[in-house]
Amino acid sequence: MVVQQLYKVLSDDGKIITETSYTLSKNKLVEMYQDMVRARLFDEWMLKIHPMGRVSRFPPSIGQEASMIGSIHALEPGDWVFPTYREFPVFLARKTPLQELFNRMFASKLDILKGHEITLYGNRDRRIVVPSGPVALMIPVAVGFAMALKHKGEKDICIAYFGDGATSKADFHEGTNLAGVFKTPIILFCQNNQYAISLPVAKQTASRSIAAKATAYGIASERVDGNDILAVYEATRKAAERARTGEGPTLIEAYTYRIGPHTTADDPRTYRTEEEVKKWLQKDPIKRFRKHLENLGLWNKEKEEKLISDFKEELRKVTMETEKIEPPNPETILQDVYSEIPWFLEEELEELNR
Amino acid sequence: MRELTLAEALNEALREEMRRDERVIVMGEDVGVAGGVYKVTKGLLEEFGPDRVRDTPISEAAIVGAAVGAAVAGLRPVAEIMYMDFLTIALDQLVTHAAKLRFMSGGQLTVPLVVRCQYSLGRVHGSQHSQFFPSWFLQSPGLKVVLPSTPYDAKGLLKTSIRDDNPVLFIEPGALYHRIRGEVPEEDYTIPLGVADVKKRGDEVTVVSVSRVVHEALKAAEILEQQHGISVEVIDLRSIQPMDYETVVKSLMKTNRLVIAEDSVKTGGVSAEVAAYVAENAVEYLDAPIVRVNSPPLPTPFSPELERLYMVDAGKIVDAVVGLVK
Ligand SMILES: Cc1ncc(C[n+]2csc(CCOP(=O)(O)OP(=O)(O)O)c2C)c(N)n1
Repeated sequence: MVVQQLYKVLSDDGKIITETSYTLSKNKLVEMYQDMVRARLFDEWMLKIHPMGRVSRFPPSIGQEASMIGSIHALEPGDWVFPTYREFPVFLARKTPLQELFNRMFASKLDILKGHEITLYGNRDRRIVVPSGPVALMIPVAVGFAMALKHKGEKDICIAYFGDGATSKADFHEGTNLAGVFKTPIILFCQNNQYAISLPVAKQTASRSIAAKATAYGIASERVDGNDILAVYEATRKAAERARTGEGPTLIEAYTYRIGPHTTADDPRTYRTEEEVKKWLQKDPIKRFRKHLENLGLWNKEKEEKLISDFKEELRKVTMETEKIEPPNPETILQDVYSEIPWFLEEELEELNR
Repeated sequence: MRELTLAEALNEALREEMRRDERVIVMGEDVGVAGGVYKVTKGLLEEFGPDRVRDTPISEAAIVGAAVGAAVAGLRPVAEIMYMDFLTIALDQLVTHAAKLRFMSGGQLTVPLVVRCQYSLGRVHGSQHSQFFPSWFLQSPGLKVVLPSTPYDAKGLLKTSIRDDNPVLFIEPGALYHRIRGEVPEEDYTIPLGVADVKKRGDEVTVVSVSRVVHEALKAAEILEQQHGISVEVIDLRSIQPMDYETVVKSLMKTNRLVIAEDSVKTGGVSAEVAAYVAENAVEYLDAPIVRVNSPPLPTPFSPELERLYMVDAGKIVDAVVGLVK
């Protein structure tokens, strides 16, 4: 089997090794870097406060920042995002205020999902659609959404994020096939982070490449080093161009690694070795990009320290603020079951208020 | 008034809604060029074109999934699942997703979706093409479940379902598509969801029914009146989520006897829910035990003789009513 080479732009020490078709402004490069650092700090903060009991479950993305931030920056603000539970870096890069995320994580009274859902996030106003718990369920939904955008003649496109585990599901195959048949403007963005909970990708599929699966569905694919933010950006921009010009879907495999646990409920030591994690820590996407920015003279130690201390302070403040907000009103459990509250739920409300 | 078959009435509802609202699209297997394997979508491709009438691959999960996505994006998709049996493949999308999306998103997302399917019990299709399990969906808040029995109801209920802002599962009695005709107004009309219809007035026994069996209940009522002198009221639930218990209870206040007849297997079927409601809320109106007429708890047999034995029919309803009154 021919496995497509991993597309790389940056060497491990941050030098450009492949010419790219899109040039990013200095400001944009710095912004992307800052988003990566903030995402990492957000994760570390969540892992730190989780044992205190306010956040029910958190899926960290440490190690995957280049895949997430690189891809979202390659899109327009009007493009629609179909995330999974893990895409907090994407939400931050879409400029979601921390307070909004914390209201969500703590299920406070101001929670945009009204305390109706586990620690998933979505906000239609930011064009981020609430993800679904069942793995891969959103893939056909995103395809249908993209189909509708094309149908209505809108120029916006969709990106659906999912993991390597999702590619074993019928929803992935049916959805990808349908995307190909209907030529929908969608990017199917698979982060191959090497594990689905405890299952390594070699046991998920006998195929050595996830990108290769696109061939069978007659759609374009990209296989990129997911720890190389410029490679991810380039591949996603190309895919977005294809989607916008009517050439249809692209399956992107971003080859990366989940450094942390699957979620706060998981202990990865039971299924992988320290050496393996260490090997991947050498390929830290943030370090690699920082070297690049330092080479360009765009970043230094002072800036780094300021960014870190400012954001940590913000996280601390927001956490304290959110602690003070009350839980949702009991009535909210009856809302949004149907477009109107039906008679049989009104009866339940009477029960609740008794 | 002009008469249409059930399939023609459904076709007219789709056509009128597609003319009225350009957000309405139809998608499913063989719905376009072929006009549907049972011709319910006949002629729609010619009138509305391939963007609004989409033939899909054999991908039930993706048909419903993509329809959910299109609905969230602002279209009003009508997805067809060829047989109710194949709905099981799309349950994740329908039950775990469409039904919950409004709730889990705190009201940000709405799913104005209709999933149409038909069950072929009575058409000698064997165990994998005859299943009828509407009561499963009673466990799925957020979803509406509609079951028309006549051409008139089919047109009015389908139009309402398409205009509804919630996901609606629309289950059609496939065996009757071309077998029954009925008066259907040419003009636009809708029938509210969650309102049962008294298909025949009577005052001694209430027979509650749904979908195909409504016609068996009506035949039974005629036999009972002519041969046994028993006056039967026949109620067609028309939708089971929401369910119109009130019409049932009102009828019981008069008749004091209840028979429930429908196509699901008795255990945990629609009849079980109606019986439980009456037992819980209106037992004082009953002069006799509730009687249920359902199929036995086994897969639908294929042989025409065996299938007939398996199915609820007018004769079985007559026996149940006579037994109750004696
Ligand atoms: C249909 C379904 N099966 C099982 C699960 C339990 N589960 C949650 S996440 C997960 C692993 C998913 O792995 P992958 O798709 O690779 O994404 P990752 O978590 O690595 O980002 C599993 C098995 C689920 N949520 N949905």
